[in-house]
Amino acid sequence: MSEPGFSKSEMMIVAAARELAGQHVCFVGVGLPNIAVNLAKRTVAPDLELVYEAGVFGARPARLPLSIGDPTIVTGATAVVSMFELFAFYLQRGLIDVGFLGAAQIDRFGNLNSTVIGPYDAPKTRLPGSGGACEIAINARNVFVIMRQSSRSFVETIDFRTSPGNLGGAEQAERIRRAGGWRGRGPSVVVTDLGIWHFDETGEMRLDSLHPGATLDEVRATIAWVPKISPDLGITPAPSAEELRLVREELDPEGVYTT
Amino acid sequence: MPGKVASMRDAVADLVRDGDTVAIEGFTHLIGFSAGHEIIRQRKRDLVLARMTPDLIYDQMIAGGVARKLIFSWLGNPGVGGLNAIRRRIEPASVGEGTALEIEEYSHFGMVSRYTAGAANLPFMPLRSYFETDLPKANPLIREIRSPYSDEVVYAVPPLNPDVTVIHAQRADANGDTQIWGLLGCQKEAAFAADRVIVVVEELVEESVIRADPNRTVIPGLIVDAVVVDPFGAHPSYVQGAYDRDNRFYLDWDPISRDEVKTQAWLRDWVYGLDGREAYVQKLGEERVASLRPGSAPSGPVDYGDYR
Repeated sequence: MSEPGFSKSEMMIVAAARELAGQHVCFVGVGLPNIAVNLAKRTVAPDLELVYEAGVFGARPARLPLSIGDPTIVTGATAVVSMFELFAFYLQRGLIDVGFLGAAQIDRFGNLNSTVIGPYDAPKTRLPGSGGACEIAINARNVFVIMRQSSRSFVETIDFRTSPGNLGGAEQAERIRRAGGWRGRGPSVVVTDLGIWHFDETGEMRLDSLHPGATLDEVRATIAWVPKISPDLGITPAPSAEELRLVREELDPEGVYTT
Repeated sequence: MPGKVASMRDAVADLVRDGDTVAIEGFTHLIGFSAGHEIIRQRKRDLVLARMTPDLIYDQMIAGGVARKLIFSWLGNPGVGGLNAIRRRIEPASVGEGTALEIEEYSHFGMVSRYTAGAANLPFMPLRSYFETDLPKANPLIREIRSPYSDEVVYAVPPLNPDVTVIHAQRADANGDTQIWGLLGCQKEAAFAADRVIVVVEELVEESVIRADPNRTVIPGLIVDAVVVDPFGAHPSYVQGAYDRDNRFYLDWDPISRDEVKTQAWLRDWVYGLDGREAYVQKLGEERVASLRPGSAPSGPVDYGDYR
């Protein structure tokens, strides 16, 4: 196969951005989600309201924010609020349509670990921890996950559950969400460097689209369980010239996240 | 202006005591690096450090040996990677025979709720979070609680009442009436929750400046013990409208902090070897400082009305 003319990260960002079509209020995470959301606002979702956990509603960042607390998310925003208001009035009240999460480990039901590798009390690797992830997973209407596939990340059993996904399956998750008054309906999509996964009626990840250049062998080699593959498996449309221009010239000109 | 204005050295010497629970808050914005460095310089010991995002300042303070325990919700170098000095005190492979850092971990909403309960003199705060996660197992202070009005079960977190909270801000008057614009984080909650409050500002202003714009006042002098004037004191974090985040330093800290010898050498050069923020800014150099100044984007004035 010839050189595709775009990187795996660029494909991942573009695919995530397209998933935001039709969404209104989005809780933005640091890193790849930051670029994906800002790309969506310039393409498929111009009316998207960007919410940053640092306490900003309706951000209009003039440059790609270096962190989720960058001053550029404040200048020109609709509102700056305290973090208590952000988490209580915007997220817990149910005003967030999409929350973006990443993690070090994910299981087949979309449960996420961003806390530790190894036992909690004697970790092999200490990771950042929840931040807002655990309450985003519970209270954002839809959760979008962006992660690169590897058999160390897509595991049979996660070492620590930081953010609940579909728990042990859709039925159980539904029941618990209703009983607990969660505003969230759980994970709706996992965008990786190889493809796009949605969740089937059992609550398990199912590969619905393969990125151009990626193979099913690669997909299976980078996941620790036997993955479900859609019988109608599609091929993700390659990034358009305009999508690539926006990513390369406006959103990540230094290629921090995309090379 | 006399009032509560103090030098950083005196404020920290008088108000921060060994064994205290100390919160230096500021979410990405307005992180009190100059106060943290003074705490290292005065070799305070056995502190319990609370902060949502420990950030580089607590990585440096913990490398400086001031803390026995850390209370937090997100442990990373934002946009860069891990906090390596802290990880060395947590991961058994690096702790070895040394003393591990005690940790108490929440989510962001949990930490904000803890300060809010502390500020409002409540025994706990309820929140809809933590369901079906391992966090309550890792931290038994996160507890299930049944609503007194229905069968609903939510989680509760206990109040957090720091002995000392340090807040960095754009400006205050000599009485400690403090105004902030830009990200507010949980500074107000952390200040009201504390027994003692140190406010560090870029600029000391007349009371009339505060009174001309009361909606911008976040912390009243009523709860403030000391006002320290320390321009550029939040570097390498930023102050909205005054200077940008010095991302280069956040990147540079990663290789420094991966190596204990380099970390201690950095502390010698930039903390122990200097007598305060003015010397730090001089060492940083005019060019670096100038490169962090943003352009201008003033807010439109509002009219409060004259009602005499």
